[in-house]
Amino acid sequence: MAEVAGELLTTADGRPLKAALQAAQARARRRAFLLVLPLLLFVLLTFLVPIGYMLKRSFEHDGFASSAPALVAWFAENPDFDPANPPEEAFAALVSDLARMQVEKTTGVAGTRINYSVPGTISLFKGGARVAADLQPPYKEALLAVDPAWGRPALWRGMESASHVYTPEFYLVASDHKLTDAGWARGAENERIYLYLFGKTFLVSALITLICLALAFPVAHLLATLPLAKSSLLMILVLLPFWTSLLVRTTSWIVLLQEQGVVNNVLVALGLIDNSGRLAMMYNMTGTVVAMTHVLLPFMILPLYSVMRVIPPSYARAARSLGATSWTTFRRVYLPQTLPGIAAGSLLVFILAVGYYITPALVGGADGQLISNLIAFHMSKSNWSLAAAIAAMLLVSILLLYWLYDRLIGIDRLKFG
Amino acid sequence: MTLESRNDAFVLFEHVQKSYDGVTLVVKDLNLTIGKGEFLTMLGPSGSGKTTCLMMLAGFETATHGEIRLDGVNINSVPPHKRGIGMVFQNYALFPHMTVAENLAFPLEVRGMGKTEREGKIKRALDMVQMGAYANRRPAQLSGGQQQRIALARALVFDPKLVLMDEPLGALDKQLREHMQFEIKHLHENLGITVVYVTHDQGEALTMSDRVAVFNDGRIQQLAPPAELYERPENSFVAQFIGENNKLPGTIEELSGDKALVRLRTGELIDATAVNIKEKGQQTLVSIRPERVEFKPEMMPPGAHTLDAEVVEVIYMGDILRVVLKVAGSDDFVMKMRNTLGQTRLEPGQKIKVGWHPQDARALDP
Repeated sequence: MAEVAGELLTTADGRPLKAALQAAQARARRRAFLLVLPLLLFVLLTFLVPIGYMLKRSFEHDGFASSAPALVAWFAENPDFDPANPPEEAFAALVSDLARMQVEKTTGVAGTRINYSVPGTISLFKGGARVAADLQPPYKEALLAVDPAWGRPALWRGMESASHVYTPEFYLVASDHKLTDAGWARGAENERIYLYLFGKTFLVSALITLICLALAFPVAHLLATLPLAKSSLLMILVLLPFWTSLLVRTTSWIVLLQEQGVVNNVLVALGLIDNSGRLAMMYNMTGTVVAMTHVLLPFMILPLYSVMRVIPPSYARAARSLGATSWTTFRRVYLPQTLPGIAAGSLLVFILAVGYYITPALVGGADGQLISNLIAFHMSKSNWSLAAAIAAMLLVSILLLYWLYDRLIGIDRLKFG
Repeated sequence: MTLESRNDAFVLFEHVQKSYDGVTLVVKDLNLTIGKGEFLTMLGPSGSGKTTCLMMLAGFETATHGEIRLDGVNINSVPPHKRGIGMVFQNYALFPHMTVAENLAFPLEVRGMGKTEREGKIKRALDMVQMGAYANRRPAQLSGGQQQRIALARALVFDPKLVLMDEPLGALDKQLREHMQFEIKHLHENLGITVVYVTHDQGEALTMSDRVAVFNDGRIQQLAPPAELYERPENSFVAQFIGENNKLPGTIEELSGDKALVRLRTGELIDATAVNIKEKGQQTLVSIRPERVEFKPEMMPPGAHTLDAEVVEVIYMGDILRVVLKVAGSDDFVMKMRNTLGQTRLEPGQKIKVGWHPQDARALDP
């Protein structure tokens, strides 16, 4: 049956061919979608929803706004008030709210919210709320008599800011800003812990990635070139850490590296170091780097191995026969072909290291803590919004890195295994 | 082109032995001289030691014993990159992350050649294999035959003294393979290079080579030009490995010089040429090429012994007719007839008599 060009093609029973094709493909697509639906729901419920919730929490806090209605209303009417000298009506609203907090037992929540930007506010609120019901007008003098801190401009700025449910305040705090009497400002140099810890986390992660690469490259090459029986054995050794609990692995590093540990004992016994000069390799940055390198090493080895396994040895032979020394062969022929594996392993290790928590918490001591330990700290103190803001910053920086990687190398060149 | 003198040899293997495990020898006492400008093929089944010999020559394997000389210099301990030998690999081994031009530039760059000189050489090499338009492609964008040409150009671009080829056409389809065989042959003739070629394809070996070394069981079974190898195999392995071959087992009845009278197991007598037969009464395997079997009395020499035969099957193959016969107890005796105008048509079941020239029947070791 010859078809005339331009004429609509139809199936044997006269339906348009395009529609029939689409119908046939739609059935297959629906079936495929049903297969992935459970996973999709699972990811949505357990991953995307919590992340979205976390991002929301990093902007939102109603601890003060919901428990101080009078003050919220006053702030809404007087957006241009002078924080250095708030009028009597403002103090009246504050006192009535404090009395209400005492009855509704919301002093802690409200104080905590202000405490983010103006440290020391919880105790001030608790003290104020206890006596608020007994205070007589004029409230301004009465409250200042209870505690002159009630007149601090920073406090009034903080309360004004906290009267809004949605605020970028937590991001300011997480980037080392604080609310002073004159408004938001960068904290003193010795108070800047968050950005410092971010920087440190990224540097340590980069260091761990480099060490992992240096250690994993020869091992992966060996795995890829040894005869099958030997490489299987080696592969088991590589995978062994995966089959051991993370806690056990980290604890064994403590046993090895602590001051009275195996390594120090051996060094002392050999006379290499003095008994008084035992090396501090645990509960500091060294401990964190050593233990994390060990934990993350397989994530570097496996992508490298999967790339190296498929590089035929004849490439190296060809390069050698063409006159290249073994170093040139490695640099110009072998290394470029392993790049997708290096990139995948490095990205994997780096991203895992940036968010690593357990190992630094166990072996890091004071010096070896990373940003995730700070997130955990704030979570344990129920500072959810601040923890969420730091976590969101971490998330964004990793996405940025991923984007940069895609621009420079290309995600499609990744090869995980 | 037989160069027996040790001094004239361009490549020389002398008592070379190779063992991988210290228990068995993969190459047993190899002695081989290759002349300058010669095209020598190492032919043999897999595991016969031919590739090992090539790898020893290239420097990727070391000889367990013996000496390998290239242009008069012992190269046993010279690393591969200093041997100056071009090599073409079975899977081409073109570097996938480099373009064609970069692949060709590689051997020149590592030799420290300047950019302008390099470009001239690359262009010449690409033109030589008719691939000049493909300089900026990546190997993955080329077909198998094109990759083969680039691999060839890369092995030749630095003007090596010697080019080794390890089953270079193995991955190509039949037509392309035959075409490339001629191209490689012509390149060899035009450039005057020495080529050592490894293959398990006997057709390839016969069409391309000046001399063929047939390997089996770690030894060279025969080293001869193609025609001699085909027409005068020296032992039954070579006779069977090269081309098609009818085998008739028997005993030497009479022996005078190289003329032998053989009594077959079924009692008939035939004439044959003694090759590696020493005495009367010895067991032998007589080898006859299918195309040298005659069934018309006028084509046979006068007084030739003939055998009774019955046609089992006639297979039409276009240019030839392949006739399977029942002869002297064997029912897979093959005769090839040219499909010419007026050729006698045989029918299954037909009784005929077959014979041959005594020099075409070679009495070999059993």
